[in-house]
Order: sequence, then structure tokens, then C-alpha cells
Amino acid sequence: MSSMAATPAGEASSHRPLAIQVRGVTKRFPGVVANHDVDLDIAEGTVHALIGENGAGKSTLMKILYGVQKADEGTISVNGQEVSFSSPTEAIKAGIGMVFQHFMLADNLTVLENVVLGAEKLHGIGPAARAEIQRISDAYGFALDPDELVEHLGVGQRQRVEILKVLYRGAKIVILDEPTAVLVPQEVDALFANLRELRASGHTMLFISHKLDEVRAIADDITVLRRGTTVGTADPKTATKRELAELMVGAELPSPETEESTVTTDVQLSMVDVNLVDDFGRNLLSGINLTIHRGEVLGLAGVEGNGQDELLETLIGIRRGTGSITVGGVEVSSYSTRRRREAGMGFIPADRHRHGLLLDAPLWENRILGHQTTAPSVTGPLVNRRGAKADTQRIVDLYDVRTPSINTPARALSGGNQQKLIIGREMSGDPVLLIAAHPTRGVDVGAQAAIWGHIKRARREGLAVLLVSADLDELIGLSDRIKVILRGEIVGDFDPRNVTPQDLGQAMTGGKGD
Amino acid sequence: MPVVKRLLAAVIAPVMALVAAVLITSVVISVSGTSPVDFWQAMLEKPSNRSLVNIVNQSSMIFMSAVAAAIGFRMNLFNIGVEGQYRVASYVAAVFAGAAFVSGWLNVVLSLLLAMLAGAAWAAIPAILRVTRGVSEVISTIMLNSIAVFGVGWLLSNYGEKAGDGRRTTPISDDSLLAGWQPFERTDGKIWSLTVLAVLVGVTYWFVVNRTRFGFDLRATGQSETAAVASGISVKRMIVISMMLSGATAGLIWLPSLFAETASGHYFSSSTFQVQLGFTGIAVALLGRNKAVGMVFGALLFAYLSVQASALEFAGLDVSKNVVMVIQGVVVLTIVISYEVVGRWRTAAEQRAVTAALQSPSKQEVPA
Repeated sequence: MSSMAATPAGEASSHRPLAIQVRGVTKRFPGVVANHDVDLDIAEGTVHALIGENGAGKSTLMKILYGVQKADEGTISVNGQEVSFSSPTEAIKAGIGMVFQHFMLADNLTVLENVVLGAEKLHGIGPAARAEIQRISDAYGFALDPDELVEHLGVGQRQRVEILKVLYRGAKIVILDEPTAVLVPQEVDALFANLRELRASGHTMLFISHKLDEVRAIADDITVLRRGTTVGTADPKTATKRELAELMVGAELPSPETEESTVTTDVQLSMVDVNLVDDFGRNLLSGINLTIHRGEVLGLAGVEGNGQDELLETLIGIRRGTGSITVGGVEVSSYSTRRRREAGMGFIPADRHRHGLLLDAPLWENRILGHQTTAPSVTGPLVNRRGAKADTQRIVDLYDVRTPSINTPARALSGGNQQKLIIGREMSGDPVLLIAAHPTRGVDVGAQAAIWGHIKRARREGLAVLLVSADLDELIGLSDRIKVILRGEIVGDFDPRNVTPQDLGQAMTGGKGD
Repeated sequence: MPVVKRLLAAVIAPVMALVAAVLITSVVISVSGTSPVDFWQAMLEKPSNRSLVNIVNQSSMIFMSAVAAAIGFRMNLFNIGVEGQYRVASYVAAVFAGAAFVSGWLNVVLSLLLAMLAGAAWAAIPAILRVTRGVSEVISTIMLNSIAVFGVGWLLSNYGEKAGDGRRTTPISDDSLLAGWQPFERTDGKIWSLTVLAVLVGVTYWFVVNRTRFGFDLRATGQSETAAVASGISVKRMIVISMMLSGATAGLIWLPSLFAETASGHYFSSSTFQVQLGFTGIAVALLGRNKAVGMVFGALLFAYLSVQASALEFAGLDVSKNVVMVIQGVVVLTIVISYEVVGRWRTAAEQRAVTAALQSPSKQEVPA
């Protein structure tokens, strides 16, 4: 292991010419050094995995390669030519394309329209463009219809549209930012098949992930980032998952598994026949029935966009459905979000930037958010600055939020640290029910273990938890029961002790393997 | 950051903006055929005592208008309707005060309350349209400004008392007029008593926004509506409340002038009512970045510029006093730009500080 870590970057596939060579890249942000002395060698025609815990600097390195940000120091060479991109346009010209984790597609346009948007000069917007899209789609097995509306496409297909967009613009080097985060296992397999086709035709791929099994399945080389710098490379054929994890964190790989059951017979949350209809009369949720007991974690599995966000938002009162919701025996369906929070419902939103934080406000003000009516944030109608600050410091210490100060704006923190702050906040004030969406998404392995620990501890103390997660291992490891949601309906009930991610994946996609 | 450095950072943006504004205005003035040197000499001449009194009185009204706009801005609401709100409120207050249902101080106090109510009610219209029908408050407040002009004009010409060629509300009886303070000679005029309203409004604004739960909700909604909703804030309710508070504040704008013993007329008419304060307030709120202290300086600057502009005519310069509006417009533009520039400069400075921190043996290397 130690010998692997000591191997200078780039030894693994040294017989091939290098598509990308990064030497000594350093990038600083106010209050944070995102990258320092990063060395990275990516051989042409390979899938190169870049792994590291969150906040390790993967995103920053990626943005530097794609020209979104400029490095403060160091050099980058593409195909042996030293480059300095000041915008993504220049990166695209040099043959680098990027597929973002969050898709950037217009739902109301067709595949063709989405692809040519912004690249009209290449092949026009007519038959030539359609032919080119068809050609790419056929060549790599994308199976996309250029005239299909994007809103009708599934997550896996949308991702292929994103990749197609990049190839259409002539990219030979494709950067994929956590491409499997939004996919179920079956879709991951399909994606990997596409990537192998691309590799066979000479494309180079930089695959960013922290899912070690996947990295070992697809990558030719692995580079590990830790605390902003490259700490070594590894050979996916020989490195074990544990070795990779140790390289990433320098610590033991944590496990989400719960101890003995703490489930009680007291019903904490009960949802009876909850329905939700959108403005166009479509059913977002139909006939949801759920109960969660004190000391129980109920996992909710589902492909993103099948109603889990709506279910959580209905529970916390952001959306108004019909049916009955009781918390600790009290009917809360007529309560406002604020009253529900006062009744002890904690909420960890799926999108922390949109729903969980005031990015430009200091951390201590973010501590108040969502708890504007309870001590220690306020005293009567006044904000209790001293109380809020003291409690923020408590959260920062207890939850290991890495920040220069509690006066730092939330925006300056890395995603994982923002999430730790949110979890610390929502665990404050003795909640009775925690509604958690993806509590460890984008969080480093160390913090993940800490968050799991906090959820387990709260569960032992009688907290009821509704857990939505795209990480099926996490779901299986933490939950006492798992339900599967598909198109707004609960379609399956599983015992986590004898279910595999593959079983869940099948139920999540309606039994068909996509 | 040391105190001196922080102070410098706060001052540098407005100073840069002012310097740029002076340069740009000088170019405009030389193009129009007047010597910029003469122009600035006239503008920067020490204001007469009379002008100083005027500046204080004007800035009190401009400041309250700025606060009214800032309440909306803090919520991401663009209340362009301050102009209409204070017109309606001023008319209502003038009618009530003129009718003399009660006398003396009580009349003043009740008129103030009524003006705030009227302003709030007028502002409630766009707020309710926004939360029920999704109508942009920008559009509805602009339209309501016009409706206020014609509505008040119609009421005035139908129910107002005839005075010369025009119509006016019944003048307020002497026992409800406020004497004010006379800092200089009698001929230099008096500082209106109700300029203290501006101080009260400013202090209240600062306290409510920065120290209360309501202020927190207001700022949170302005920063991120989605996060506000998830935290339990009813955004619709906040829109209505903050718009009405904005309108209530707007209702006070012209009242220092109405109740001042020394002002030209103690009634509402097209000749006594001072228009445009609502728009000036928007510019000053922008200038002061919605901060109470910033808006005090902004209001003083704008009042200074318009008062000194009257001096231009006496200086015998061949330049329209409307050139002051050019200066005011340019100041707003340059201030927006210079805050952005200084913001970037500060970011770069922080980055250098981080570099320094990295070079010294740091906590960074402590294992997780």
C-alpha cells in the first residue's frame, strides 16, 4: 500500500502518450486552499479515475481543466501542448468536454435542439446536425432519438444526451463529474458499456467519483486526491477497496451498519392516504401510507424524480397534499411549515444550496434558519445573537465543521462542511422526527461516518427518521425497513437484512432492467 | 482585519465612485460648453446658511424615501411605487389635518398615523396582486403611481377648495403647525420639527432589520426564497407585510414639510407638494446599499447636490440646474461598479492572506 502511495503520478500507463499532464497546480480561494501541487497524468485512450473525499479538491481541479477557473500556479498540457484556458470555450476548442453532475438540459426541447444549442455553427440545425447526432448515437450505443423531447427521457438517457453534446462539439477528452451519483445499478452498467465503446474509439475519459467499486470496475488508472493534493496513484486491477479508501482518508473505511434494533412500538409518524396533485392535475403522490416508530429509521428508495422530494416536502409542509399526517399522535396536516418545525420535525433538504442555507450569510445566521422561533436563536421577537453564536460554535466543534470562524459566509465552506452544519442544526433542539434527504451526498468518507454515527445515536435515543438516499448501501445499512417509491406510489417493502442493491434497483425501475 | 483597514475598505468604494462621477460629469459639462472648473467652483462653494437648513430638511425626506425603498429591496421586492404611496398618503394626511377634527399635537400625531395607514394600504394593492395573481410588483407599482397622480388630482379638483387658479386642501390651522428650530438668522429659515421622524425611521429600520426575528425573516427571504420557505417563513405573508411597511414609511416622506410653520403652504396642492422624492429614494437606497448609515450619507449628498444646483443660476453659469440629475444618475452607476471592483479586490486580498497562512506551518496537515 505504502509503495503504491509513493509511486510518482503517471507511472501506470507510461507506454501510452499523455492526453493530459498536470504539474504542480495550485488554486486558492478566500479562506481555503482548494488545490496545491497537484500532479496528474492521463494516458490517451484510457478511463482515468480521480477519487478523493469531498473537499479534497476534485471539483476545483476539474474546473481548472475545463477552463472555468484558472490555476494560480502550475502547468497543464493537453496532448503535449502547454495550455492556459481562460474559458470553457477554449477548453472545448482543445478537445476537452465536460459532463456535469447536474444535467443542463432544456426539458421542453428535443434531443437535437439541446445538442445543437450553442453549437449551431458546427453542423447547422437541420439534417446535417441530425445525421451527426444519429452517427454518434449509433457509434457508441446511445440509442437516442434526435427528435424525442428531453422531458420524456429517463435519467440515464439524459446523461447520454449530455455526453452526446460533448462529443458533438468534438471532444476527445471527456470529464465526467460523479456520473453515477444519479443512476441506479442497472443504469450504471449501461453507462459503463458506453464508456468502454468510447475508450475503444480512442477517447480519453476522466472519471470523478467516490464510489470505489465503480472506479475499480471501469478505470484503467486511478489517481487519489487528499486535502487538495495528489497523494498517489493506484492500479485498479490490484488495489482493494480498503486500500483505496485508506489512501483517500488515511483512515479505516466506515460502515453504515446499524447495531441491534431500537424500534419501539410508539408510532411517531403516520401518513394515511396522502395524495399530492400538481398544477396540471398530474398525480405526484398517490395513496401514500407510512408509519415510522420511535427509534426507527425508514429508508425510502427510488430513482430521483419519482416523488421522494415531493413526499418530503409534503411532510414538512412546503407542499400541501390531502390525507392525514400525524406526528406523535397530533394531526399536523393543517400546520404551516413553521409549526411543524416547532413540533419537532427536523429537515435535511436534498438541495442544501436552495433549501438549506443562506449562502451569503455567516454560519451563525444559518444556525438560526429554520429555528427562528426557538431558543437559543431567539428570545421573544428578538434575535439572540450571543445565543445563536454560542450554539453555532457548539455545532462546529461537535460536528467537526471545518471553518475559519462562525462568521464565515456559508458559501466559503466545502459541500461536506455545509452539510455537517445543516445536520448539526437539524439535530439541535431535540427533534422527534428527522426528515433526511441524502444526508451524506457529497460528503467525505470521514464526515459520512460521523453523520451516520449521529443518526444512529439519535435513533437509539428514540428519534424517528425518514431517510431518502440514492446511496443504496447507505440505505440498506442504516434503515430498519426500506420502502420503494415509483411514480409517486409505494411499490415495495423490503427488509434491509436480506436485500441487495440489485433487488432494490429492480424495484426502483418497476421490475424492468432498463 | 484591523479596524483601520476595514474602515478603509468601507470608504474606498464610495470615494472611487464619487471621483469617477466628478470626472464623467466634467466631461458632460465641457461638452455642453461650460467650464467644468467654474461649475465645480459653484457647486463646491460653501453652502449659505439658508442652503444648509435646506439640505437638512430635504435630506430628511429623501432619507425616509430611501428607507421605504430599502425595506422592499431587502426582500428582493422592487417597490417603485414609493412615489405614488407618499402622494396618496400626503393627500390623505393633508385632508385630515385640514379638517381639524382634533387640534394641536393630537392632530399631527393622528395625521401621521393616518398617512402611514394610507401609504400601507396603497402599497398593499401590488402586494396582494403579487401573492394572489403573480403580478410583478414592478409593473403594478409603476401603474399605481400614475393612478395616484390622476386619482389625487381628481379628488383635489372635485373636492378641494379653490385658491387662485388651482385647488388645494384646506390649510392646516396654526395650532397644529410645528415651529421647528432656527440655527441661524431668522431669514435663513428653520429646520422642520418633523425631520426627527427621519431619525426615528432610521433607528427603527436598523433595529428591526438587524436585531429582530422579523428582520431575520425579511433578509432570509431576500437572500433565498426557497431556503426561506423550507425554514418555515410564509413568503406570501412576508411580501404583504414588508410591502405595507414600505408603504407606511413612504407615507411619512412629505409630512415634515406639510406641518412646518415655515414651509410655503400648509396644505396639499400642485404647487406645495414636492414630487420625485420617491424616485430619488430608490437611487439613495442603492447608493447606501440599503444600510441605514449608508443611506444617511446618500441622502445628505443628494440633498446637497439639488440645493447647490439652485446656486448655479446665481453664479451666472450657462448650465441647466438639471445637470444635477446627471450627476446623481452617474453617481448611482459608478457606485454600483465600484462596489463590484472593491469586492473583487477584497477577495484577492483574502486569497493572499490564505497563501500566507499556507506557507507558515499550518493545521492543514493534521490527519482527519
